[in-house]
Amino acid sequence: MLSWLIRRVLMLIPVFLAVSVVIFSILHFIPGDPIDNLLKIGSSPTARAEMEARYGLDRPLPVQYGIWLSRVVQGDLGTAIVARRPVADLIVQALPHSLRLGGLALLFSTVVGIGLGVVAALNRDRWPDRAIMGGVLLGSTMPGFWLGLILMLVFSVWLGWFPVSGARSWESLVLPVLTIGLGGTALVTRVTRVSMIEAAERDFVLLLHAKGLSPLRIQLRHVLRHALMPVVTILALRIGWILGGAVTVEVVFARPGLGTLLIKSLSQHDYPVVQACLLMLAMAVMLGTLLGDVLQALMDPRVRAALA
Amino acid sequence: MSAPVLLRAPAPLRALRRPLGAVAGAWLGLVVLAAVFAPLLSPYGYDIQALKEAYQQPSAAHWLGTDEFGRDLLTRLIYGARTSLSVSATAIAVSVFCGMVLGASAAWFGGWFDRAVTVVVDLTWSFPEILIALILVAIIGPGTTGTMIAISVAYLAQFTRLTRSQILTLKGETFIEAARSLGAGNGQILFRHLLPNTLAPVLVSAMLATGDAIILEATLGFFGLGAQPPVPSWGGMMSAGSALVFKAPWVILFPGLTVAITVVAINLYGDALIAALDIKSRLRRGA
Amino acid sequence: MTALLEIERIEVAIGTLRLLDGISLTVDRGKILGLVGESGSGKSLTALAALGLLPLIGGRVTGGAVRFDGQDMGTMSDAQRRALRGRRIGFVSQNPMTALDPVQRIGAQIDIVSRLHLGLNRAEARKRTLELMTQLRIPEAAAVAESWPHQLSGGMKQRIVIAMALAGDPDLIIADEPTTALDVTVQAQIIQILGGLVRDRGVALLLITHDMGVVAQLCDQVAVLYGGRLAEEGPAAPIFAAPAHPYTRALIGCIPQDDMAKGTLRGIPGAVPGALDFPSGCRFHPRCPRASDLCRSEVPVLTRQGPDHIVACHHPEGAA
Repeated sequence: MLSWLIRRVLMLIPVFLAVSVVIFSILHFIPGDPIDNLLKIGSSPTARAEMEARYGLDRPLPVQYGIWLSRVVQGDLGTAIVARRPVADLIVQALPHSLRLGGLALLFSTVVGIGLGVVAALNRDRWPDRAIMGGVLLGSTMPGFWLGLILMLVFSVWLGWFPVSGARSWESLVLPVLTIGLGGTALVTRVTRVSMIEAAERDFVLLLHAKGLSPLRIQLRHVLRHALMPVVTILALRIGWILGGAVTVEVVFARPGLGTLLIKSLSQHDYPVVQACLLMLAMAVMLGTLLGDVLQALMDPRVRAALA
Repeated sequence: MSAPVLLRAPAPLRALRRPLGAVAGAWLGLVVLAAVFAPLLSPYGYDIQALKEAYQQPSAAHWLGTDEFGRDLLTRLIYGARTSLSVSATAIAVSVFCGMVLGASAAWFGGWFDRAVTVVVDLTWSFPEILIALILVAIIGPGTTGTMIAISVAYLAQFTRLTRSQILTLKGETFIEAARSLGAGNGQILFRHLLPNTLAPVLVSAMLATGDAIILEATLGFFGLGAQPPVPSWGGMMSAGSALVFKAPWVILFPGLTVAITVVAINLYGDALIAALDIKSRLRRGA
Repeated sequence: MTALLEIERIEVAIGTLRLLDGISLTVDRGKILGLVGESGSGKSLTALAALGLLPLIGGRVTGGAVRFDGQDMGTMSDAQRRALRGRRIGFVSQNPMTALDPVQRIGAQIDIVSRLHLGLNRAEARKRTLELMTQLRIPEAAAVAESWPHQLSGGMKQRIVIAMALAGDPDLIIADEPTTALDVTVQAQIIQILGGLVRDRGVALLLITHDMGVVAQLCDQVAVLYGGRLAEEGPAAPIFAAPAHPYTRALIGCIPQDDMAKGTLRGIPGAVPGALDFPSGCRFHPRCPRASDLCRSEVPVLTRQGPDHIVACHHPEGAA
């Protein structure tokens, strides 16, 4: 099992490299001289020469990539054009906000989603099920940022319960988390419900009934365990989706974080920051999928056996 | 299967027979009509500013109110439909075409080409479309072209995967063996038998993806990366509206409502279509 | 002394389809009843009815009664019925490969029965589990108890299922085709175990099978089902010696004999009708060598052929 884990982690490396190549080439695909794109307008010739030397911009592309990559790995993400600070500082500042937002949203989606999915499955085809699935339909088709705006409208503007923007207090987290969380909940609820229904129809459940266990106990202790496995997998695969939602929500609610940083620097053409943010987000997605695989292995002894 | 299951004319119409499908179809029809006949239907021009009439609430003169420049919101909404629908639909159409070509080739030729395609597809598949789109917009720059290309690429993996798995499954079915034994060549098999049968699930998937694409386009527009002013787009309108959320909430409300209802309608109609075509199992296999 | 399990003229339906039509059988304490029929005759439904688990497959009892130890199960509350399952009635299912919960260790799956029904604590339950496993000849019981279902063979899994059925110290075991999914050599072992249960523990057994040979080996009583109806029922020896119903005779004729010449395996022409196309009158008439017009039009009622021996046929063998 440990060897599988190591192999799985090592498999991330080529993926990371591939993604880094794409992100690296952003600078070279955009119109204009890369040096101009890295510096503020009207920089002195010395600054230009320094930049050129630093990134080897006069060398062939693969060499440039190598230089850039080695710097990235050492933690040197370049200098922000607008803020004129090391990009790494900006990232370190923004990251905790995004992590908090994403993490809470994930927690919310998981807990509420599984709860609703179980209720729906236990009440199959009766009104709680229909009501919940109706909500799921709404939740999965509503554009995330619009939901955020509506929540903001209702709860911040009209009711004044929560702040409209910023990140000063825990209250400012509620609406953003809810926005991402409700979308994620829709997905988790749907998957939980389907897998509970499928799991309940499997043969060993008949035997559980024949043993005289109470139906509720069977559903909650046995069927649910089985149903959770696909849920975990799907969640892990959709970590990227949650991150995407976080990016949007940060902009909507004007919260500090990786998303706001990315969008702001995109419109400001601050490419070092853009590259660094994209790199971070890509890495988060990869780690998410890795986590999903690991969790799945932990939950299913058959998978563990196959991997050993 | 003795004949290719193309989208027979009745199927989209059959989808309208179900109540939800009918309501959804009606709304979609309305939106498409509005987009096509925008100049005829809108009461005002979309960039006619009348600063004296700015921030007006919905009224008889302006059914949906006005924005910060006094522009009629209903007009901008209708023209916005044009932008959003054309960008999304074009992007998805291109994506479907390229995806089908890639997926079919990968399934047909197999070998290293197939492996390469699979690796790239799996890589992109776990990344959220918004991220892929942002990377592309970073390269290409804001504007409708950039958005279109970004959306195309973001959904390419989905269609490649679907086509590839459909063709792989169909390749092994008996009617292909039968065709081959009757002397059909490779080209004939691919174009007359395999591709037409893949069309139905791919097209339905494309329809549902258009809904997602509309959201993606609106999101990019909301970030200011989509169609640039003064061309109206639903996302752009909401971006401007977010600053006005206290003063004139309708500026944000109506475009968002339209996007939401349209996407829900696409999903509901798509579900009805899937049921009418009876291809639920084929879609689940391929996705 | 009342019979342990009495099924009296039971009618079972799923939706609007009547699948069991007036089945009656009794299982006496410490005896083995073989319930025989081809696939689709309604054998498993009878088992589910006896356990009160028809709702699990969307079925319900529309007529007749199931009585366990004199008590009508239909008038019991859910809790009372549940108290019977596992404690007084044990169940062995057909497919051992899917009968066990794949994500729970073996021992825990057996422990739960004695903990729930006998009130044993964790240690006591485990002790009982290991004893049962050893009695069922499962080698290295302690190690097996800690392993996972996918690590065991089919035959071993079926023994575990039997252990689960025995853990509550039941008076009756219902075994639904316990050997169908196993290899031939393993089949013999399981049959031996089941027979031994009756001998050594005095547990009654309702053995559902399509294999007449097994019935001949083990059973005290036989009940033959066809198309959702009872064809014949009675003590095994007389029925095997002189079967009254043509179907029973045909089934017995299908048992391969050691001294059969090559190419003489017998079958019964035709196939068991599905619930949607039950023939009129006697449901066996399309395949029956003795069918007459009466058979085609009138449903035969159960008539007494001998002491405890009943048959539903217009022209039973051994009669005029």
